[in-house]
Amino acid sequence: MRPPLARQIRRIILEQSKRAHVGHIGSALSIADIIAALYGGSSIGGSLRIESPDDPERDRFVLSKGHAVLALYAAFFLKGWLTEESLNTYCGDGTALGVHPEHILRGVDFATGSLGQGLSLGVGAALAARLQGSARRAFVVVSDAECNEGSLWEAVMFAAHHQLSNLVVIVDLNGQQALGYTREVMSLEPLGERWRAFGWDVHSVDGHDAEAIQEIIAGLNMTAGPPHVLIARTTFGRGVSFMENQIKWHYWPMSDEEYDQALGEVATQVRAMPGAEIEPATGAIQ
Amino acid sequence: MRGAFAQALSELAERDPRILLLTGDLGYMALEPFADKFPERFFNVGVAEQNMVGVATGLAEAGFIPYVYSIVTFASLRAYEFIRNGPIQHQLPVRIIGVGGGVEYGQNGLSHYGVEDVGVMRVQPGLTVIAPADAEQTRTAVLATYDLPGPVYFRLGKDDRMTVPGLNGRFELGRAQRIGEGRDLLLVAMGNMGRDTVAAAQILASRGITCSVLVVASLNPAPHHDLTAALSQFPVVLTVEAHYITGGVGSLVSEIVAEGGLGCRVVRCGIKTMPNGITGSQGYLHQMYGLAPEALAATALEALGKE
Repeated sequence: MRPPLARQIRRIILEQSKRAHVGHIGSALSIADIIAALYGGSSIGGSLRIESPDDPERDRFVLSKGHAVLALYAAFFLKGWLTEESLNTYCGDGTALGVHPEHILRGVDFATGSLGQGLSLGVGAALAARLQGSARRAFVVVSDAECNEGSLWEAVMFAAHHQLSNLVVIVDLNGQQALGYTREVMSLEPLGERWRAFGWDVHSVDGHDAEAIQEIIAGLNMTAGPPHVLIARTTFGRGVSFMENQIKWHYWPMSDEEYDQALGEVATQVRAMPGAEIEPATGAIQ
Repeated sequence: MRGAFAQALSELAERDPRILLLTGDLGYMALEPFADKFPERFFNVGVAEQNMVGVATGLAEAGFIPYVYSIVTFASLRAYEFIRNGPIQHQLPVRIIGVGGGVEYGQNGLSHYGVEDVGVMRVQPGLTVIAPADAEQTRTAVLATYDLPGPVYFRLGKDDRMTVPGLNGRFELGRAQRIGEGRDLLLVAMGNMGRDTVAAAQILASRGITCSVLVVASLNPAPHHDLTAALSQFPVVLTVEAHYITGGVGSLVSEIVAEGGLGCRVVRCGIKTMPNGITGSQGYLHQMYGLAPEALAATALEALGKE
């Protein structure tokens, strides 16, 4: 039996963070299951309809919380869109695989990194599909603290006004931001009610249950009605006991001992982390 | 110039279905030629300039050519980071239309003045920056640039009746347009100061001083060749802009003079102080800032040591 996809994404997040000695580990672990649900693996489909990253009729994806991009690189690698050699340039000199997604990397539709901007890009992508009579959809993953940005709500209003039913937002509700817990820094609750009040179709989901995320997306009316948001309840640093809900793992890199423990926890699956079964990573290397 | 813009865009939209127009709830009595003709391609996004540029970026990635429209300061400064991270970084054909360069919105105060937009836009590699001098040149510039693969920023004047004598609608990217062949003094005007700069040249001519005027509408790509050639022929140049004197055409000319080691003294005419709450008509404010034709002529005489 193959390890679940999200577990492979987590392993890559840990390996690459350790190799490059960089942080943003907790944020990437937080969205591992969301990314697994959207992208799937080399042989199992995700919710995104992407025949090839070069297909103009592919669904568009915006990782608005760009600092979690390592989870996306891991998915690209597992899809076979990124070689192991390229993956290993993460945070190196002269690479496009930096701490935030760059549009020149195959598979990245939009560069991000400045919070509060990605949803507008997704809104434009969804509107473009409608104007062109295309069945393309647009998916955007935003962080919960990103909802502090006023510009995000400009896009929220626009999408609801124009009833962009082909737009899906997933909010990574891990309750943390750079310097503290969101409940202490800037209260967001009731977050789902706020999106609903702006006219969105709101769903609540366990953000670590990839199958549940896929089921909700499969049931959305993407041809008429309001845009959709999944409020995905997640645990920051999910899968590594000493990182979970710990502020320091927003920026902190791992020591050797921490790395060994983290890798062991993810490998032995000390917590239930459901996800799709896929081919081994080595089979996906180009 | 906004009327000329709307007219030219409507004509382009007739033949190119990729063209869309988005406005941040501005353009009353200006955008109707487009909005009436192409209602399904016209979007009033509300008072939300950041989202407007972000949405335009998403539209452009899918193959559209979106024009986004607002007053200069909101189009440029409010949405600046979205412009930088969106159409500039992705090199997508979004066109940002700012109306009211300088202090054209005189009584509205600093919140509505576009006095640093060229400065902040000109520093961005990969962004074409155009400040037309009159309505006819606006039309030429819109028609000449609509199909560029990368983004464009337009700084338009409000006044559709403005005409720069001798310009005749000429425009070319990376070129400056010369008016007159006088040999005593060079005047370099940015965009909507073209007319009053030519008027200043006429005043100087009546005093026996012949001038050449270069109208700079293409700020990026800058008319390096034309400016270098002209600056090499004159001991003194007056730069004239409805803009802070830092960052605009005065700075551009200074860069060219310094880098080329040219022996030309640069006298920058523009807005030198923060308005600090003083409002009034554009004419009043231009007097205050030394940008009226008579004031420009006086500055020129002083620079030439003939006052």
